[in-house]
Amino acid sequence: MTTPDVEMTVKGHARLERNVTLLGVATLIVVAIGGLVEIAPLFWIDNTIEKVSGMRPYTPLEQAGRDIYVREGCHSCHSQMIRPFRDEVERYGHYSLAAESMYDHPFQWGSKRTGPDLARVGGRYSDAWHVQHLVDPQSVVPGSIMPRYGFLAEADLMAQADPEADTGDLLARYPKAQARDFDGDPSRVTEMDALVAYLQMLGTLVDVNSAAAQEDLAGEKGR
Amino acid sequence: MQAEAALGRAGLWFAVMLLAIVAYAQAADTGFAVHAAIVGIVALGLTFAAASRLDPLGQARGFFRMPESETRYDDEPIRWATLATMFWGTAGFLAGLFIAAQLAWPQLNFEPWFNFGRLRPLHTSAVIFAFGGNALIATSYYVVQRTCRARLAFPALARFVFWGYQMFIVLAATGYLFGINQGKEYAEPQWYADWWLTVVWVAYLAVFVGTLLKRREPHIYVANWFYLGFIVTVAMLHVIQNLDMPVSLFGSQAYPLFGGVQGALVQWWYAHNAVGFFLTAGFLAMMYYFVPKQAERPIYSYRLSIIHFWSLIFLYIWAGPHHLHYTALPDWAQTLGMVFSVMLWMPSWGGMINGLMTLNGAWDKVRTDPIIRMMVMALAFYGMSTFEGPMLSIKFFNSLSHYTDWTIGHVHSGALGWNGMITFACVYFLVPRLWKRERMYSLRMINWHFWLATLGIVFYAASMWVAGITQGLMWREYGADGYLVNSFVDSVAAIRPMYLMRAFGGLLYLAGFVIMLWNVARTLAGAVRSEAPMTETPHDRAADRPLPPLAVPAE
Repeated sequence: MTTPDVEMTVKGHARLERNVTLLGVATLIVVAIGGLVEIAPLFWIDNTIEKVSGMRPYTPLEQAGRDIYVREGCHSCHSQMIRPFRDEVERYGHYSLAAESMYDHPFQWGSKRTGPDLARVGGRYSDAWHVQHLVDPQSVVPGSIMPRYGFLAEADLMAQADPEADTGDLLARYPKAQARDFDGDPSRVTEMDALVAYLQMLGTLVDVNSAAAQEDLAGEKGR
Repeated sequence: MQAEAALGRAGLWFAVMLLAIVAYAQAADTGFAVHAAIVGIVALGLTFAAASRLDPLGQARGFFRMPESETRYDDEPIRWATLATMFWGTAGFLAGLFIAAQLAWPQLNFEPWFNFGRLRPLHTSAVIFAFGGNALIATSYYVVQRTCRARLAFPALARFVFWGYQMFIVLAATGYLFGINQGKEYAEPQWYADWWLTVVWVAYLAVFVGTLLKRREPHIYVANWFYLGFIVTVAMLHVIQNLDMPVSLFGSQAYPLFGGVQGALVQWWYAHNAVGFFLTAGFLAMMYYFVPKQAERPIYSYRLSIIHFWSLIFLYIWAGPHHLHYTALPDWAQTLGMVFSVMLWMPSWGGMINGLMTLNGAWDKVRTDPIIRMMVMALAFYGMSTFEGPMLSIKFFNSLSHYTDWTIGHVHSGALGWNGMITFACVYFLVPRLWKRERMYSLRMINWHFWLATLGIVFYAASMWVAGITQGLMWREYGADGYLVNSFVDSVAAIRPMYLMRAFGGLLYLAGFVIMLWNVARTLAGAVRSEAPMTETPHDRAADRPLPPLAVPAE
């Protein structure tokens, strides 16, 4: 370290180069700006998430299925974000809306499609197809490179409510919830039930055509 | 006094063990129970070691032939971090090769622990945070002491940073196999591992800044700016990205604070800057010290390094949204991310130029010094991938490349080419100096490593370009009848040959690394291979013709 009077003569960038505190604080300020400008407004700009009807939080069973989806790293190979291109819309369905992942903690848009997008997979296949596909993917999709998930059918989800029990109340709280046995074994609730329940719900909640009309409306207002 | 200290340590570890037992007994899920057991077993071992005054570290030091003599600088944690770099490199590259093989041969998935979805974060974390992180700890401790002419501040804390970081890696890696994954790329560990890493990281910052404050050099060298920028920014990113609510204090499950659109942008702000600050700023710090040292030339331009530093750290932070083009993220954020990503090309190449031009007057060393050759190749790949990155961030290109293997190829040309090569070069530089050896066991083996790694990357990147463009074009292909031509699984079948070629490239890269392991092990053992020097150029008299006389201008 040099004497203070020498430090007094140091000007400009050289001061940063000789003072750890200045350098550290300047660095922190410089790296904070980009995130503040880009991320913070998303929390208060109204049209970040368009208002749509139909979105609701996940039912307990769907949430349990979603936790399994997250746990198994399904997002490594499957996106849940359909981009607004003709080929994607024809292949997977209406492009994804921000509102459709508003209850997703964490979001699972993914970054890679080693397998197809799953944003609107709900209702596309039967429960039995999903179970068969998860147990042995190649048996229903020859050429698939997906791993097997048969172990899900072994893991009992004791804590989960039996969806057979009080469906009226459940449907009142979670509209369009699909309450039935999913894994083909009504005697118990397994992780397989939960994951299939989650997959069968994906993309089914929002009436996307009414959302599209709203977008026209939004355009007219010049938003 | 010593006995009391040992007893105190034993008591402390015993208390940790008891806590771990409580956590094990209360555990809400298997993964958490396994983690409690790991912590408990480690604490039990340390209790035993402290009580019986065993010194397992001392024995390990002997095993790894670490020099005992006190030196001017505190090099012991650097030696450990160098060894850890080698160890985690092995684990990470093996995991990478294995999951590459899984994509070619899906029979290699063994449910549930060894399915692709669980092994993929194991691979990414092992190479980025374990291999890369230990290289950063080793080099930052080495560089900060030399450029400040001061020993590490807080020696005990410096060791805690190293061992605490290894604990984080073990918790993260084992957790993935047991399905502990919070579902955010490159931030998969769950809440308690995140909290632990925060503690370790604050200690790291304290050691680094403490050493800078102790310096006997008026000026803070540019490499240290980059290390400081890396440590400070990663702290900010890590804390904000991992704000979450645990379901139970005795369970692994937690839900992140940010979800949906906001969660997506926080995620890619984090993940892109894990690239920008962990894999770029930190590794540029290596470049700013080790390239000039190995070339024995000063850094090309000091002024350029100032512009490079501030523009790089300012611009990088903005680039995250380019991972979310055409998604439900608002357009203004996407466009902002794209514009800043393109601008980022300039400081990136500024840094590359600063590194490469340092070799001015020493370019002959590319021919004679395999370590310099590795550094040059690392910078070349850095330049290549920092051109490719801005290009892919342009929406037009991104609409084709996003979701495809092109992204995977891009990441690996940066990771294998830039991060891998510069790390190898630094380890080759460090090992003889840290172990007080004359030189590496074999320079020719470094040359073999260089060529195997380079060839491996070429196979990897080329096959992923072809795979990515194939996928992108097949997904959007329409027939004359106006219908989509290919089913999804058609595109999976089409790229299988590329997956095989990619795995082969990975195998070459791993083979080069195995040669390095042998070379390092022999150097530790004190052996020097007798081999023809690489500097020798046979003199061919017939080809040696004097230059024609220069034309002399008329007077």
